[in-house]
Amino acid sequence: MTEVTGSWASGLQGEAGHVALADWQELQRRSRRENIGRAWYKFSRNPLSVAGLVIVLTIVLLAVLAPYVTPYPHHAGPFTDFANAKLPPNPRYLFGTDTIGRDILTRVIFGFQDALLMGIVVLALVVPPGVLLGLVAGYNQGTWIDTVIMRITDIFLAVPPLILALAIASVLKPNLMNSMMAVSLMWWPWYTRLVYGLTSQLRNEYFVKSAETLGASKAHILFREILPNCVSPIFTKMSLDMGWVILIGSALSFVGLGVQPPKPGLGTMVADGARYLPDQWWIPVFPALGIVVIVLGFNLLGDGLRDLLAAEEV
Amino acid sequence: MPPILEYKELKKYFTIGYRGLLKREPITVKAVDGVSFAIHKGEIFGLVGESGSGKSTVAYTTIGMYRPTSGVIEFQGESLFTREGKRPRHIKKEIQIVFQDPGSSLNPRRSVKEILELPLSIHQPAKKHIGRVAELLEMVELPVDYMYKYPQALSGGEKQIVAIARALATEPSFIILDEPTSALDVSIQGKIINLLLRLRQEFHLSYLFITHDLSLMRNVASRVAIMYLGKICEVAEASEFFRNPKHPYTQMLLSSIPVVSEEEEALKPKRVQSRGEIPSPVNIPSGCSFHLRCPYKMDICPRVDPQMVDTGSGHLVRCHLYPAQTENHPAGEQVIT
Repeated sequence: MTEVTGSWASGLQGEAGHVALADWQELQRRSRRENIGRAWYKFSRNPLSVAGLVIVLTIVLLAVLAPYVTPYPHHAGPFTDFANAKLPPNPRYLFGTDTIGRDILTRVIFGFQDALLMGIVVLALVVPPGVLLGLVAGYNQGTWIDTVIMRITDIFLAVPPLILALAIASVLKPNLMNSMMAVSLMWWPWYTRLVYGLTSQLRNEYFVKSAETLGASKAHILFREILPNCVSPIFTKMSLDMGWVILIGSALSFVGLGVQPPKPGLGTMVADGARYLPDQWWIPVFPALGIVVIVLGFNLLGDGLRDLLAAEEV
Repeated sequence: MPPILEYKELKKYFTIGYRGLLKREPITVKAVDGVSFAIHKGEIFGLVGESGSGKSTVAYTTIGMYRPTSGVIEFQGESLFTREGKRPRHIKKEIQIVFQDPGSSLNPRRSVKEILELPLSIHQPAKKHIGRVAELLEMVELPVDYMYKYPQALSGGEKQIVAIARALATEPSFIILDEPTSALDVSIQGKIINLLLRLRQEFHLSYLFITHDLSLMRNVASRVAIMYLGKICEVAEASEFFRNPKHPYTQMLLSSIPVVSEEEEALKPKRVQSRGEIPSPVNIPSGCSFHLRCPYKMDICPRVDPQMVDTGSGHLVRCHLYPAQTENHPAGEQVIT
């Protein structure tokens, strides 16, 4: 025993040890590249998921660069040009103009900003507590901790998010912030449920038992052993949920509880434009198409991630 | 010399549900029901039994996954189960386990390096471990660059070898091998067994080797115990055990080992027809739990549970065919010696 230790210790202290260490790091980098390459290959086999990724990336890029890529950035605010109001789509205004002469293309692209913001903020508020509660409840399955957490989760699941958002917005000021809070309040239980199910299975795996018998801390077991095995389903759900949250955000804007004018909200634009149907159809239709495309993009991406996961498990 | 590990009347019952609507009676499974044996230093103690006989429960209780219902396990004279419930770290360090299923015993999201670092960081915190990880891989004859591999890139045998390296990481003196080869190809089984034997020599380890593969025990174990429905039927030195099995259950098991050649067939005890299946541990038969399948069943068997009897030189048998202080029973003569 001591002999082996001695020879190795000396080997590592010497120059050879350091060279070998660098080699291992190189090897680590290479194997990581290989894994990513393999995952991308599987993902790219499905044209629909690639389309989803392209749509999502395009929308994100457009939203971030909106002031630079839109033809009339100042149309995003309180701008009026009655001379050019209600123009149908034409080479100058590709999506036409609205009732007070603003370029609809510009406003749709700016509308993506708040739609994405809504999705990102809601998920950022929802995922960490939801996942944490799911981990704790799943790991303590069958105890009172499990019962308390999961029953509270059930109560929250019983309230429809849109209705609660309406209630909150009618009590507080109707704006994007409040509707995001309302949606977040109702959304975390889905993550708790997802992670709870995964954790209660994973905790019986031998690698968890092994860590327990070695004397690893609860934090290590939850965050280092169990959580990494939940990450892929969580990401998949997040991607699918982005679409849902944006849809709900648009619905809230549609009834006037989300993005407030003059800021361009996709839902608000559809609501305002709806009364000009069918003659000035472009006023509501293009913002509605914007919602369709962004939700579709995230759903396709989520489906692609889910298929990738399923393939990984084989 | 005192034994390294001693089991004294170990019992582990599980409550699996309740019977009755008003008066709720617990339904218990007597997974381990009064097991006593001792393992000596340097020994490979084989624990053999059919599925459901409770051999894995013995292992999991030893490693601390379960608390015994009653009875004690002593490690070098120190009880493994203190009243406070927490097992002291120095004992955790000394007893390690290799699980049956190498696929499940390594976290698929952690690299070999991370897997091997965990026991090191728990038992020797605040130290650089990469050298020791490399050393562990050397010990089990894996290339050092396997460090950054993830379990999915390893074969079943390699995974099991990594699991063995993990068990060695804390420099234990006692390792429980819970069917370490049963999930592997035969060709790899041999390799793993040789590795385990070499490691035992090198690091003066003692093993509790759990398996249902009797022919493997013949080559590996120094002593063998047979378990049936949570109880031990027979304990003997390996050579004695295979040459002169005394318990009818042992005879049945040995005679059902498949062999290839005539010579091997001649070495086996006389054919005892294997019949029946192991009953459910929820409904353990009365008296001697083996009486339903025993070819030598007597009137006393369904009524009285026999006591463990030493038939000489540490060959223990728990059967009514061997009443205390009596040797050379007819059943013993049926065995080819």
